[in-house]
Amino acid sequence: MLSRRNPQLNKNGELIHLLSIEGLPKAVLTQILDTAGTFLSVNDRDVKKVPLLRGKSVFNLFFEDSTRTRTTFEIAAKRLSADVINLDIARSSTAKGESLLDTIANLSAMHADMFIVRHAESGAPYLIAQHVAPHVHVVNAGDGRHAHPTQGLLDMYTIRHFKKDFSQLTVAIVGDIVHSRVARSDIHALTTLGVPEIRAVGPKTLVPADLASMGVRVCHSMEEGIRGADVIIMLRLQNERMSGAMLPSPGEFFKRYGLTAEKLRLARPDAIVMHPGPINRGVEIDSSVADGAHSVILPQVTFGIAVRMAVMSTISGNQA
Amino acid sequence: MLQLDAEALYSELKLGVKALLTVAPEPLALVGIWSGGAWLAERLQRDLALPGKHGVISSTLHRDDFSARGLAAGTDATQLPFAIDGLHILLIDDVLFTGRTLRAVLNELFDFGRPASVALAVLVDRGGRQLPVAAAFAAVRVVLPAQQRLSLARAPSGAFSFSLREPG
Repeated sequence: MLSRRNPQLNKNGELIHLLSIEGLPKAVLTQILDTAGTFLSVNDRDVKKVPLLRGKSVFNLFFEDSTRTRTTFEIAAKRLSADVINLDIARSSTAKGESLLDTIANLSAMHADMFIVRHAESGAPYLIAQHVAPHVHVVNAGDGRHAHPTQGLLDMYTIRHFKKDFSQLTVAIVGDIVHSRVARSDIHALTTLGVPEIRAVGPKTLVPADLASMGVRVCHSMEEGIRGADVIIMLRLQNERMSGAMLPSPGEFFKRYGLTAEKLRLARPDAIVMHPGPINRGVEIDSSVADGAHSVILPQVTFGIAVRMAVMSTISGNQA
Repeated sequence: MLQLDAEALYSELKLGVKALLTVAPEPLALVGIWSGGAWLAERLQRDLALPGKHGVISSTLHRDDFSARGLAAGTDATQLPFAIDGLHILLIDDVLFTGRTLRAVLNELFDFGRPASVALAVLVDRGGRQLPVAAAFAAVRVVLPAQQRLSLARAPSGAFSFSLREPG
C-alpha cells in the first residue's frame, strides 16, 4: 500500500512545518504545549529574550489583514531573537500581478528562514511548503476556512492550563462554525488529545452537517449545547465571510446563541469561557460574560505568544 | 568497564561542598543544572540543612547545538526562587565534560540578573574540555572515551546511580 507522508513531518516524524493540526500525532501536540510552558516563564526574566532563532529571518506574509495574529507572531519571533520582516503583501507584489510562488522565490532569495502565512485561499501554506528549500519552514497563520493551527494549539494550552486534563471534559464550540478555521483546528486538536465530548452549537445555516461524522455532537439549541460544559469556546460572527441570508439578524442571533450570564449558568460552575477574538460585544457574547470571572479571553492572548514561540523553535530545530 | 559508585561519590561531593561553603562569601545559593545536577542540589540542600530552597537551571534555551539537535523533549524550565543580583551562586552538576552545557547555563543565569560570583561543584569531571571551564570541586576525575555517555539516574527511593552508554 502506498502511504503518503504528512508534509508537516520529516522522516523521523518530527514537525518541520505547521500547516494543520489534522493528522498530527498526540505526542507532537503535547510536546508543543510542554515547550510553550517553558517559554511562558521567559516573561518573568530580566532579559525577556532567548537566542534560539538568532540570525534567522522570519517573514510575516499576511495576504489577509490580521493585526492581532501578526503582532503575536512578531513578538514571539522577536523573543526568540529572530529578525522579523513584515510584508504588506496584499498592497505590494500581489497587487502588481506577481504569483504566490514567484513572491516566495523572491523572498527566499532574500534568505528567509521561515514564512508565517495567512491567506484567504485554503491550502496556500501547503503550496508554499512544497516549494521552499529544505532549510525553510512554514507556519500557517490561517488559510481560508481550512485551518488556524496556532490558534488551535493556544486554545489547547489554555484549556490544559485551567482544566489540567482533557480526558473528562465537555467542550462546547458556539456560533459561526461553518466559516471558522478556528473551530476546525480546535475540533481536530480536542479529538487527538482525547476530549470525550465535543459539541458544535449554532443555527443549521452555520453548523456544517458533516461534523457528526467527526464524532462531534451537533446542537441547534444553546441550552442543550452548553448544559454541563467545562469549556465554552465562543466564535466571532464573521460578517465579512457571510454571503446571502444565513442569519435573520445579529439581534436575533444574540437572542438565541449569544452567551449571557443567564445562559452561562447552565454550564458547570467552574466553566471557562474562551474566544479567539476580536470579540463582538452584544453580538455573540455579552460584556458581563466577556469581562466576567469565567472569561479567560485575555490569558489566551498571553498564552498565544508562548505557543507561537514553541511552534517556531520546534520546527526551526528540526531538519527536513 | 569503569564502575562509578554514585552514592559514594555523592558523600565526597557533600564533604566538598560543605568545605566550599565554610569559606564562601554570603549570601550564597545552590543552583542545580537540570536534570542530574538539580537532584544533587535538592539533596545537598537537605543534607547540609541549608536555609531556603535550591534553584534549578536548564541549558535548553541557550544550547549551541540547537540547530542540529532541536529542542530536547521533556526538559524542565529554569526555576530560581530568589533574586540573583548580588548573590554568590554555587552551580551543581553530575558530569563536567566539554563545558558547553556550562557556557549555556551561564548565559541562562545572566538572563535573570547579575550574580556576585559563580562557582561549580560536580560529581564527576571526565575531562575532554572544549571551553575554558573548571570546577572548584569534583568528587572524582576520570578519563572516558569521547563517544561514551555518562549521566546520573535517580531511583524512586532517591538513590543515585550512573548510567554509562555507548551510542547505538
